Amino acid sequence: MEFALQLQNVSKNYKDFSLDNINISLPYGCIMGFIGENGSGKTTTIKLILDLIKRDSGTITILGQDNIKDIKKVKENIGVVIDESCFPEMLTLAEVNCILKNIYKTWDNNKFEILTKQFSLQKDKKIKDYSKGMKMKLSIAIALAHDTKILILDEATSGLDPLIRDEILDVFRDFIQNDRHSIFMTSHIISDLEKICDYITMIHHGKIILNQSTDELMESYGILKCSEADFKTINPAIVKGFRKNSFGIEALVLKNGIRGNFVIDNASIEDIMVYSVKEAKL
Amino acid sequence: MNIIISNSSGQPIYEQIITQVKGLIISGQLQEGDALPSMRLLAKELRISVITTKRAFEELEREGFIVSITGKGSFVASKNVEFIKEQQLKEIEEHMQVIVEKAGNCGLQLDELIEMLSIIYRGE
Repeated sequence: MEFALQLQNVSKNYKDFSLDNINISLPYGCIMGFIGENGSGKTTTIKLILDLIKRDSGTITILGQDNIKDIKKVKENIGVVIDESCFPEMLTLAEVNCILKNIYKTWDNNKFEILTKQFSLQKDKKIKDYSKGMKMKLSIAIALAHDTKILILDEATSGLDPLIRDEILDVFRDFIQNDRHSIFMTSHIISDLEKICDYITMIHHGKIILNQSTDELMESYGILKCSEADFKTINPAIVKGFRKNSFGIEALVLKNGIRGNFVIDNASIEDIMVYSVKEAKL
Repeated sequence: MNIIISNSSGQPIYEQIITQVKGLIISGQLQEGDALPSMRLLAKELRISVITTKRAFEELEREGFIVSITGKGSFVASKNVEFIKEQQLKEIEEHMQVIVEKAGNCGLQLDELIEMLSIIYRGE
């Protein structure tokens, strides 16, 4: 299988934090959601991918090219959005366009016009007067307005209202209509990821603890609700985390390991994340 | 072509797609040779993952309902619709056999059974 983005045994050590043997493989034509609590290593991983910090070991390839040696070849094909707008605030949209035209060889004026119109961004307004949502839309328009083949998004939908997020997710869905296009995104708004991602990768304390297709996750996990006595009869190997209250137990379990008649609710990705990271383990 | 996906139904989404596409083919709304929407378009419109639609299409192809041609898309296969209907009739008959047996066990009459069935059929 070919991968649009591949990290193999990537490590990075800091004094008080380390990324430990990260392996991520994102096939072409797919969207991967990268989740984890604050400080789990998401942004560090993205910085390593973009070669903003140096890795200690391992290999990273983007669109089949090494991310350090051959980065010049693929830079035109990478669209990046981080949660802060990084344009000089005094510029207007037209001026930003003018600058980027000279930076990207494949800059597509037309596409930029269409996107900014679709996002209803005013041309002659200074960026400092844009709302947070507008700044984010601007970043996304820029990320898409060249020969973009892979989008790397760090919290691109955080802090935005549901309407704008829905609009942005639709733009991503359009982008992925080409089966050579791929998206790698982090977000704390897990419901967004659940809607759009083909794969979910979860990182915790610098280690990848989960990496599966969204469908598989939703099908295999469930929230079991039962009494404490019943809970003792469950095979501990299938319990991924549980929460005890005065009236019973709620536990994240692998559904196919449950025998007998139990109440099992569907687990959302958010449940899976919370139970596997925070709640008690057997 | 209508496909309605329920998120609260216990049936996985790919199975819902399979059932509904099969239904469209058997009822004749999709004819042999008709083009199906691309997997990516279907995923976008239904707001589900491409992997889900891919799985549904692969399953439909494996069962011989559709054929996929690389670069062109997926089409309704020339499967004998009569044959599929026949098979389903057979299945219904088998289920009915079980119903009649059970009804016999608890002394239910034919007209009572018919009444039960018509209530269920009308969705009351």
